Amino acid sequence: MKRTDQVIITDRKMWKDYVLLSFKSPQIASKALPGQFLMIRITPHSYPLLRRPISIHAVEGENIAIFFQKSGIGTNILGLRKKKELLDILGPLGNGFGLKGDFSHKKTVLIGGGRGIAPLFFLANSLADRKAEIRTFYGGKTSHDLPLKEKFEANGLKVFCSTEDGSFGYKGLITDYFNSEMRQFRPERIYACGPDAMLKTIADIAAKENIPAELSLESIMGCGIGACWGCVKRLKKDGVTGWFRICQEGPVIPADQIIWAEKDK
Amino acid sequence: MTDLSIDLGFMKLKNPVIAASGTFGYGIEFTPFIDLNHLGGFVVKGLYYSPREGNPPPRLVETSSGLINAIGLQGIGVKRFSEEILPRLIDYNTSIIINVCGEHEDEYAAVVDHLNHQPGIAAYELNISCPNVKKDGKCPALDPKTTYSVVKLIKKSSTRPVITKLSPNVTDITEIALSAQEAGTDAVSLVNTFLALAIDPNTRKPRLANILGGLSGPAIKPIALRMVYQVACRLKIPVIGMGGICTGGDALEFLIAGAKAVEIGTANFIDPEATIKIINELHNFCRERKIGKLETIIGTMK
Repeated sequence: MKRTDQVIITDRKMWKDYVLLSFKSPQIASKALPGQFLMIRITPHSYPLLRRPISIHAVEGENIAIFFQKSGIGTNILGLRKKKELLDILGPLGNGFGLKGDFSHKKTVLIGGGRGIAPLFFLANSLADRKAEIRTFYGGKTSHDLPLKEKFEANGLKVFCSTEDGSFGYKGLITDYFNSEMRQFRPERIYACGPDAMLKTIADIAAKENIPAELSLESIMGCGIGACWGCVKRLKKDGVTGWFRICQEGPVIPADQIIWAEKDK
Repeated sequence: MTDLSIDLGFMKLKNPVIAASGTFGYGIEFTPFIDLNHLGGFVVKGLYYSPREGNPPPRLVETSSGLINAIGLQGIGVKRFSEEILPRLIDYNTSIIINVCGEHEDEYAAVVDHLNHQPGIAAYELNISCPNVKKDGKCPALDPKTTYSVVKLIKKSSTRPVITKLSPNVTDITEIALSAQEAGTDAVSLVNTFLALAIDPNTRKPRLANILGGLSGPAIKPIALRMVYQVACRLKIPVIGMGGICTGGDALEFLIAGAKAVEIGTANFIDPEATIKIINELHNFCRERKIGKLETIIGTMK
């Protein structure tokens, strides 16, 4: 039987809008795959009521890290949780990034927008273990939105940064930066996580260039286990078009299965 | 040894804890987390005759100690359910209840006609109270006459006990409950969700694509409990209570108010083991107070 896990927070790093929490969980660490997520209870009380879906940022031995943006009441309260406090966790859940086959010397591009960088660190380390050639594109609104740049570089990963206001790196959208670098480094596989508008642009580029792309989607989730049917996105899968549960089919979905909403176009 | 079993007259439950429709998927979603054999029963997500696409997202919004949903009863339809899901459920030793939906009376009847020929089902829960299918929240349970009409029709064709699930979005819920009783329902379950709205003040847009949705969770518990109490005082048939139950203590409140059994809804989202924990808490409550049979506590508010 899968169970919720009571873990003790072992470390907390904070930036202005972002938080990194670490904890020990041999149970989750032994099973977790890059791209999977955890449902984290914010408090033991009834407000905020629901768990929050947060992707797994790193697995090192028996230690897990999550990285998130303080963007609402739930993540703001979660960001206040301190070292030595208990955290109630359910997971790992969902389907992660495709890592089957030979990645040796394969060119891969990872694109993270803002908090979307979170699962790409776990993925980058797994791809590095498989001897893939990796470039990570990391975009934010300002230089304050790139807190994990050094962490990637400390692990020997190449990071290409952009900011919308030009305060650091390439000035503009990360998708434009990636597109402009395409001639020098044409990937065989693209992995991305970030806002829907960014993912939609990547899906378009991937389709035009005929490169397989896997996108990690974000959604409001009620349960994370397939019971509530609240987290749906429109997909075309095995010839069927409809609302599919992101917690069950994803959160990582092949780009060519996603039917984008009008607002993302 | 504490006896948690409950006799509803038409159905015996090993304990009063039933997982509520719409919060428990088709049951199989919970098998990685709990042993379904330990439940008093579970109600399968609402089934129409045909598959249903449901509402566009966003379908959920969290509010103070509550959750507004407008899923729109997305589902695979009764035929695929009988072929693909039901065979995987029927060996569980628990009461399997099917939540029956319909766009109109004929569809309710068609779902029941189909299910009458399927094995392993303990009862039907007639869903005449979902607030987020029609844009304005309308449903048969808002009116005593339409309630009577649907219940009467289904009782005629059903080979199994019928539990009628009532809406709280009415002036006097006892009037609707009496109407369902008069039409022959074997029990009533209440309450379904409260018709609700949440707005993003920055964009002035509703938080849900459907605009309106149904509020559930701890926020509604005191009102749900009041309605269960009022209905239990008036009806001769069993009342199944629900609305924001998260703990054994919550469940006991409903039993003491007169419910013979309880349904657990939103709590399943927060903790997939919620039903089992509530059963354990009922056990402990009885043991600590030397209550031999939990049933003796029903309707004993002092």
